[in-house]
Amino acid sequence: MASRNPARPLSPHLTIWRWGPHMLVSILHRVTGSGMATVGAGLLVWFLAALAGGEESYATFVDTFTVESGKLNVLGYIVGIGLTLSLFQHMMTGIRHLVLDTGAGYELRRNKLGALATMLASVTLTAAFWLYLGMK
Amino acid sequence: MRSGTSLGRVRGLGSAKEGAHHWWQQRLTAGSNLFLMLWLIVSIARQPSFDYASMRMWLSNGWVALPMALLILSVFSHFRLGLQVVIEDYQHDESRIVMLVLLNFFVVALGAAALFSIVKIALGAAA
Repeated sequence: MASRNPARPLSPHLTIWRWGPHMLVSILHRVTGSGMATVGAGLLVWFLAALAGGEESYATFVDTFTVESGKLNVLGYIVGIGLTLSLFQHMMTGIRHLVLDTGAGYELRRNKLGALATMLASVTLTAAFWLYLGMK
Repeated sequence: MRSGTSLGRVRGLGSAKEGAHHWWQQRLTAGSNLFLMLWLIVSIARQPSFDYASMRMWLSNGWVALPMALLILSVFSHFRLGLQVVIEDYQHDESRIVMLVLLNFFVVALGAAALFSIVKIALGAAA
């Protein structure tokens, strides 16, 4: 609030705690969610509107992310891999959250393993998706 | 006023009388997002071609247009709730209200554009 006293002590924050995978995936969940909600949602709506708008507007959309041959350009790869990795990471940490909501998985070892597993799974799924696309 | 203990009357309601509504909606849409996004990602991966004609044909099918419209509704409500929490965590003065209003405009405008595009293609309107 505006009347807050800035001299009040702050609770320990990121600079105090020793980093662990549970902190990292918590932040990743928020970052990937915010990224998809802005960049991802914008691109999805652009794709839908461009497709509905006709051949010309769809070509503008496709040309932004591809080279002449139809393969993805640098921007296409950055956005494509970025969004799929974000989707799978957010999906995996989301499932982790649903498990934690039931009250399970708070034991130190299991919590850490679960956090690490979300990152392993998201990288694996992203790689699988792009390998499948590339081998078609 | 209903009968019952004072604790029983307020339990789960909170000061806004809606208690865990936000929390529950976030979980509910998380569940529907999981199915709908998996459908989308598999559907995209299995596309034979991404050219204009094939994508138009794909989205004009009711079995694609309907889940796509549901996906927009589910995903957009989910990220509206999520971004609301992010704004509430980091914006502390009047800017919080401004950001929350802008968030609602952003979600509704973008969502409406998406749904309109889907319906337009699905009902076979000319480009």
